[in-house]
Amino acid sequence: MKTCLVVDDSSVIRKIASRILEEMNFRIIEAEDGAQALEACKQQLPDAVLLDWNMPVMDGFDFLINLRRLPGGDQPKVVFCTTENGIDHISRALHAGANEYIMKPFDKDIVAAKFQEVGLIAQPV
Amino acid sequence: MTPPDYEYLRKLLKDQSGLDLSADKQYLIESRLLPLARKCGLSGIPDIVQKMKGGSASLLTQVVEAMTTNETFFFRDKVPFEHFRDMIMPEIIKTRAARKSVRIWCAAGSTGQEPYSLAMCLKEMSASLAGWRTEIIATDLSQEVLEKSKAGIYSQFEVQRGLPIQMLVKYFKQTGEFWQINPELRGMVQHRQLNLLHDFSQLGTFDVIFCRNVLIYFDQDTKINIFNRLQRATEPDGFLVLGAAETVVGLTETFKPYPERRGLYRPNEQRAAKTSASMAPRLAAAAGM
Repeated sequence: MKTCLVVDDSSVIRKIASRILEEMNFRIIEAEDGAQALEACKQQLPDAVLLDWNMPVMDGFDFLINLRRLPGGDQPKVVFCTTENGIDHISRALHAGANEYIMKPFDKDIVAAKFQEVGLIAQPV
Repeated sequence: MTPPDYEYLRKLLKDQSGLDLSADKQYLIESRLLPLARKCGLSGIPDIVQKMKGGSASLLTQVVEAMTTNETFFFRDKVPFEHFRDMIMPEIIKTRAARKSVRIWCAAGSTGQEPYSLAMCLKEMSASLAGWRTEIIATDLSQEVLEKSKAGIYSQFEVQRGLPIQMLVKYFKQTGEFWQINPELRGMVQHRQLNLLHDFSQLGTFDVIFCRNVLIYFDQDTKINIFNRLQRATEPDGFLVLGAAETVVGLTETFKPYPERRGLYRPNEQRAAKTSASMAPRLAAAAGM
């Protein structure tokens, strides 16, 4: 079973995202900010990270930079999931090594489409 | 909705668009036409039927458009676009090396996501297509969806279903909450209103035809008739791409499945004449001739 680290300071968003991803057979780890997420990654790298941008302590962008510097940190597929919907933010995220980008609000279909795009789940036959 | 109203709408939709509704699709008509009734200031479906019986041509168009399924998204099902990129276009680049042109038809282009997905594929292989003339014709029954396609403006929700984020950044411009496909890609797609039930020979012949997720709404005789005409619109060494739930197998031998490539078909020249001839009496009977 693949693991997905869900990083968001909103417990409601973490709960909704976790439910969607559990239905896709992911084991979920949750983190409230980038620092907690980075600690979790130092313990064990997940297969995927669903990542908010604006969070206290450490934001999603700084987390991504730090994650990619960890040994093996280039492996997890990182999908931003944020209200920062401007093209500048999207470009910065891609440049820093994000694999996909979800603009909030999101639903199950969008999460599935993005996770398929980066090969985390299979295409429907 | 009364049974006679349902039968009236069912027959009308069949005649006008080929849409073949089974006897238990009242819910579909209600879900699509009640919003239209409200928009037109009518009290419900009986009012729509009454007004249409009175000969309202504009209402007829709106009813047909409302009932035509327009669900589509960028790179829908992904695999057909992998066929296009990895197999169809490389072969066309070889076989059309002398004439350097390719004609592609999206037969149910809807709001543009499919033709623009193909345009993006072509742009991505522009190094191999230097000096080529590429034509993408997008047709649809509905003028309203064609207008949306021409504008190439999509909501945040629409650009997040199937479109890789790199493609969004590369080929779209953000305007507020909407995203517009860039003028160069818009210029690659020509739009024409077309009912597949009618003659489409004026479009000429194509190297590739995408006709996906539209034939499922037609009855068997209509499908066979369309396949026969699609065969005549496909170059002898061209390609037909159907939707995941569609096939020619068991219906007609005008096309043959391409081995190991689901949804991909090639014209079957040897069988075309025979099949057309054998179908003629059947179609004539179906049309009451």
